[in-house]
Amino acid sequence: MANEVWIYAEHKDGKLKKSALELLSGARPIANDLGAQLVAITLGSGLETMVKELGGYGADKVIIADNDALKSYLAVSYAQVIANLAQQYQPVILLGPASAQGKDLFPRVAAKLGTGLASDCIKIQLDGQKLLSPVRPMYAGKALVEANIPEAKPQMATVRPNVLAVAPKQEGKQAQIEKVSVEAPKDLKTVLKEIVKGAKETVDLTEATIIISGGRAMKAADNYKILWDLAEAFGSGTTVGASRAAVDSGFAPIDMQVGQTGKVVNPTLYIACGISGAIQHLAGMRTSKFIVAVNKDADAPIFQKADYGIVGDLFKVVPVLTEEVKKLKAQE
Amino acid sequence: MKIGVLMKQVPDTEAKIRIKDDASGIVVDGIKWVMNPYDEYAVEEALRIKEKKAGSTVTIISMGPKRSVETIRTGLAMGADSGILIDDPALEGADCYATAKALAKVLEPEKFELILCGKQAIDDDSAQVPQMVAEFLGMPQAMVIDKLVVSDDGKKATCYRRIEGGAKEVLEVDLPAIVAAEKGLNEPRYASLPGIMKAKSKPFKEINLGALGLKAEEVGAKGAKLKVKKYSLPAEKAPGKIIPGEPEDAARALVKMLREEAKVV
Repeated sequence: MANEVWIYAEHKDGKLKKSALELLSGARPIANDLGAQLVAITLGSGLETMVKELGGYGADKVIIADNDALKSYLAVSYAQVIANLAQQYQPVILLGPASAQGKDLFPRVAAKLGTGLASDCIKIQLDGQKLLSPVRPMYAGKALVEANIPEAKPQMATVRPNVLAVAPKQEGKQAQIEKVSVEAPKDLKTVLKEIVKGAKETVDLTEATIIISGGRAMKAADNYKILWDLAEAFGSGTTVGASRAAVDSGFAPIDMQVGQTGKVVNPTLYIACGISGAIQHLAGMRTSKFIVAVNKDADAPIFQKADYGIVGDLFKVVPVLTEEVKKLKAQE
Repeated sequence: MKIGVLMKQVPDTEAKIRIKDDASGIVVDGIKWVMNPYDEYAVEEALRIKEKKAGSTVTIISMGPKRSVETIRTGLAMGADSGILIDDPALEGADCYATAKALAKVLEPEKFELILCGKQAIDDDSAQVPQMVAEFLGMPQAMVIDKLVVSDDGKKATCYRRIEGGAKEVLEVDLPAIVAAEKGLNEPRYASLPGIMKAKSKPFKEINLGALGLKAEEVGAKGAKLKVKKYSLPAEKAPGKIIPGEPEDAARALVKMLREEAKVV
């Protein structure tokens, strides 16, 4: 058993995803407590330049599993490579992001390794026995459960986006880069035919730091423009969501839905416009650091959960918010 | 085509969740139990494939206590042909790993050509079982699928997998495979009255630990790799404030507060 804590560094279009930096930052104190090396592993081809900054965020070592066949993500393929590397190096802990990729891939890796996996954790920590003892939500966040993996190794967990703060980069800190040539995974019985891009190139709801959501009171799909204008004013990391009622009414596509049967989001700021605040909607955004509610109905349940509320017409309020945010940003 | 659908009975989404005094689990009294919403899409998709391919059968497989029979019957009433309940006190307290082990044991001899399920159960929210079952059965996986097209010869399936940014991965998997449904895959049908009547006499079998062919240490809480330590309720948010004044003035005040108090802009 190697005294190593591993994090899986996901990348997209040649750039590291923020989750890689979040995981390193969050795992560093755990590695320190265990006196362990913190290692980032990543898969693909030609990633030598991309991984250089990982040292500044806490990685002692980076392992690049290199093969042309790994250029495109495929769960069955990546799972084989990661499991083989884990069996070879025997890390004590293996962390990954609860992203589309992480959620797809990590359970398969855990099954291959015969170990346990805590999914979508909102807290990672060591317990008194120096075991990883993460906390994760259940019942759409209505309950929390703390669990650990006392016997099997590595102890695995995926962490929700925006839960771990990214530590300030330490310029000049370098990680040891180890490029490992791996065999192209075989017998996949799966082919990635193509990736169909989404309509709007924007940060995903699950990874956004600021979200402006519109409910049924938006009345029409075109009206979401005022929310996109506000999102643009806030700048990068901001996107627009919708309630189930709005999606069911045809005002927004399904992939904009925030809620129990939609996306679970974890932004720093969530602005709910014309959303009443049903239990199932709250399930999707309750861990937001700050919640703002704008609704004509002073009795809307959402006001019980909001840090700030404005009782008023969203069509009057939102444009003023946009104007004010633009003014603030212009001053910088 | 021989199709299997993994189904779980879960608390209704409206359920108020209370924690037991000893923090070992949730209070189950008074809970309304329903078919996991994501599994409904899986049952519906299986029925649609059955309608297109003559001679197909759909079997619902569920692991859970006796009350799960009711939800299996719902699937039968929708149009599935047979049900399997895996039930034994020894299976209680399983994590996803132990659950997947037990399910794989039951699925393997059935030789389904396609196994459908929901992407996650809305009680546990782990989203692990489909992938783990796929691994134990040596099958490819397609997770979070909102469109599924089975080839005419029944040998492959094209699966549209929803990923970040509204994008989709188009995966072609060799069958047999495990496909996990996302919302939007279809609109599940309601069970008709004739369907409900027919469901009562459709074949149904119960499998206990002995019939599973697994040892007691491999199942339930004993077989779980992830061990639960304690349940708790999330911290209640402190009450917030309604910003007074005319909506436009309140909007201006809000942005100021977001900068100065919340420091988010």
